[in-house]
Amino acid sequence: MADITDQKTRSFPKIEFTDSEAGALDFPSSKSRTYNYYKPAKLRATMYEDVTVDVQPDPDRHLTQGWIYGFGDGPGGYPKEWTKAQSSNWHTFLDPNEEWEQTIYRNNSAVVRQVSLCLENAKRAGAYKNWNHAWVVFIQRNLGAWMHAENGIALHVFTSIQRSAPTNMINNAVAVAAAHKMRFAQDLALFNLDLSEADIDFDGPAHRDVWQNAPEWQPTRQTVEELTAVGDWGELLFATNIVFEQLVGQLFRSELVMQIAARNGDYITPTIVGTGENDYARDLAASRSLFQLLVRDEEHGAANKELFGQWLSVWVPKCLAAAKALQPIWSQPAEKPITFATSLDAAKDKFRSLLEDLELDIPKELDQ
Amino acid sequence: MSRQSLTKAHAKISELTWEPTFATPATRFGTDYTFEKAPKKDPLKQIMRSYFPMEEEKDNRVFGAMDGAVRGNMFRQVQQRWLEWQKLFLSIIPFPEISAARAMPMAIDAVPNPEIHNGLAVQMIDEVRHSTIQMNLKKLYMNQYIDPAGFDMTEKAFANNYAGTIGRQFGEGFITGDAITAANVYLTVVAETAFTNTLFVAMPDEAAANGDYLLPTVFHSVQSDESRHISNGYSILLMALADERNRPLLERDLRYAWWNNHCVVDAAIGTFIEYGTKDRRKDRESYAEMWRRWIYDDYYRSYLLPLEKYGLTIPHDLVEEAWNRITNKGYVHEVARFFATGWPVNYWRIDTMTDTDFEWFEEKYPGWYSKYGKWWENYNRLAYPGRNKPIAFEDVGYQYPHRCWTCMVPALIREDMVVEKVDDQWRTYCSETCYWTDAKAFRSEYEGRETPNMGRLTGFREWETLHHDKDLADIVKDLGYVRDDGKTLIGQPHLDLDPKKMWTLDDVRGNRFMSPNVLLNQMSDAEREAHVAEYRANGTKVA
Repeated sequence: MADITDQKTRSFPKIEFTDSEAGALDFPSSKSRTYNYYKPAKLRATMYEDVTVDVQPDPDRHLTQGWIYGFGDGPGGYPKEWTKAQSSNWHTFLDPNEEWEQTIYRNNSAVVRQVSLCLENAKRAGAYKNWNHAWVVFIQRNLGAWMHAENGIALHVFTSIQRSAPTNMINNAVAVAAAHKMRFAQDLALFNLDLSEADIDFDGPAHRDVWQNAPEWQPTRQTVEELTAVGDWGELLFATNIVFEQLVGQLFRSELVMQIAARNGDYITPTIVGTGENDYARDLAASRSLFQLLVRDEEHGAANKELFGQWLSVWVPKCLAAAKALQPIWSQPAEKPITFATSLDAAKDKFRSLLEDLELDIPKELDQ
Repeated sequence: MSRQSLTKAHAKISELTWEPTFATPATRFGTDYTFEKAPKKDPLKQIMRSYFPMEEEKDNRVFGAMDGAVRGNMFRQVQQRWLEWQKLFLSIIPFPEISAARAMPMAIDAVPNPEIHNGLAVQMIDEVRHSTIQMNLKKLYMNQYIDPAGFDMTEKAFANNYAGTIGRQFGEGFITGDAITAANVYLTVVAETAFTNTLFVAMPDEAAANGDYLLPTVFHSVQSDESRHISNGYSILLMALADERNRPLLERDLRYAWWNNHCVVDAAIGTFIEYGTKDRRKDRESYAEMWRRWIYDDYYRSYLLPLEKYGLTIPHDLVEEAWNRITNKGYVHEVARFFATGWPVNYWRIDTMTDTDFEWFEEKYPGWYSKYGKWWENYNRLAYPGRNKPIAFEDVGYQYPHRCWTCMVPALIREDMVVEKVDDQWRTYCSETCYWTDAKAFRSEYEGRETPNMGRLTGFREWETLHHDKDLADIVKDLGYVRDDGKTLIGQPHLDLDPKKMWTLDDVRGNRFMSPNVLLNQMSDAEREAHVAEYRANGTKVA
């Protein structure tokens, strides 16, 4: 039996009952239990608003001493001049997805579980062995190429933008979009790894050469690289989420892969690509909401519309060229249940509908 | 995922990057560092497929504890002395967290290493997590703690308060100026690697001793992400060290970042731990003892010193001087006294000190009573309204201090104050290093070399300037630090919530508040010299 007479006396803090609970006393402000420095969009503040609004301060709101560090060539903080788009109140924007810590991890973990289960089941069922060779090559080349675009947009578009916008609400929404893209790109890469190890004739590293050199993918790569070179965060967000994702991203994911995979005996790829589509639907909702606010801005709406028209005139031709260059891949699978023209028309229709939501003129290039 | 699978997965993910040939990413944030010769360093591996479930699990534990705290009536045993300081701390910290997220593309722009880009982007998401989870913790305090005043106006108060501005450096410093100075050296190499130990580990431990186990729950969860961030920072540091041209800049930035972090973080966290606790066990570690363990041994000796083998000059002198300021020059005690002097313009209440506190301070910091005891006795004596003014306006042998133009903590170690005319303005600094930071480091040229990307010190840096020659009651009202009866102040120099013992606007009216810097610049040369000599010689007159 252990000797307990020679043990060191432990030192620990003493608990004291202080009766410091809410409601223990009535005194001035004893019932002031809401954040009172901003006006919530509805009568009652949401969790999202409480943990997001005003965390990034603004000299136009409560920041009295101004930004205390500047750049070598200009002011610090979050200058509104970092985009040509203008707003009479940038703080009006609230993320319709209400993303904060809990939603980010719950939603993405749910996707991780969905994808993981799907891949485990596919392995157990030997699902890839039933794929025809043409489909294996299609996935190897084209899904392989596409994952580069997703990763590039994650790191050099959305991650980049979230340093620049003038409010925490915009920047957090874009940071979440970056996380979506990064997770989706990695899911595609790890799917590629599974296929490489699946005892089928799948060339895992082939995607690099396709992305870097295949003629049908070069206009897409060029457009992605040109997007990353845009300095104006507003233009970058608009060109990526409003134009590129509609005319190239959705065209490839929704109007091609999701439509034809099942007919080619593949029930795995749509499950994974569908998560990317779901991410985009959420991220687009945030972008649509932001750009709607800007075109409806009483003071700057007209100027913003004109500006967005200019951005459309730059990016619609580039993205259409990228889309059209992809046409040959519609012919690669053994089963071709949909034509390129049908897919492109569907993508254009969705794009037109989005532009109508944004009250913007439809570019003439869409009718050509 | 097995280690082998993880390695294969990471190798596959690294195939996602490519060398652009049509256009390169815009460089929005410049750096004077160069990485042309840098070897590619691989930071800690992280895959989103494992990252999201890991964080979700951590969250579930945090939120479970929060529910448990409410159900278990944690606030029956929380010390108000402690939680009042959280009104200040939790108003500040979500901004540095979100600023760390914003800093990541600056590092990505500056460092040509795709392996690191991935880790930095994951860090960005971590920081969104930290910022919002901390805002949520604060919301819980606001809802459950006896006195919500101050929590309820938190982000506004952070943005218009003198202490909030001090804390704001620990955030703006991450996102402004030279991309490597800001997003790597200041943020990761110094702030995250050194000072999160006291912020997120030492301080939450003290919270637990004061009945609050939610602060450790949330902040230890936050801290568990920091090892990846430290790995990101170290990788970039090693890449920078590969080019001799970066050495002077690294040495400059280590000096600036170390000293500014010391000035800001030790001021705040030292005060919270030493003056916010009710745990006065003699064998409880003091802040100085914690600092010795977490900063001096764990960071300086284990992390900074080994960098010497790369030929880097480490700021030994500044590490030793920070230690000297904490142990011999009373830095933390001076800051606590300054915060307490300014109580009417605080949005938290500061408790009086008791004999038990005095004994503990004397035990831990011999000589404390002779230097600070009398002042705290006066603080106790002047705690209630009616017969006296706020202590700042009573003669208790304490001269309201000049503010350091650089770190914005006042020049409280008065004999060390530097006064110089910089950019056509007389400015005061707490130390030679803070003077050097403004006059030499944050400039477009450094030691004969062009440094166009280095940041600048801007803004209304002396808070008092904004309120010069105004009545104290009007200042408090303008700041919004008034409770919902329209007259009682949020800040109080005691913890008694009896409305009859709480100060109102009428109680503080009639006291004019003057900016030391405005007055300094109005003085003739002779007046200024005499004033500065007296300040340096004896800022604290014996009453």
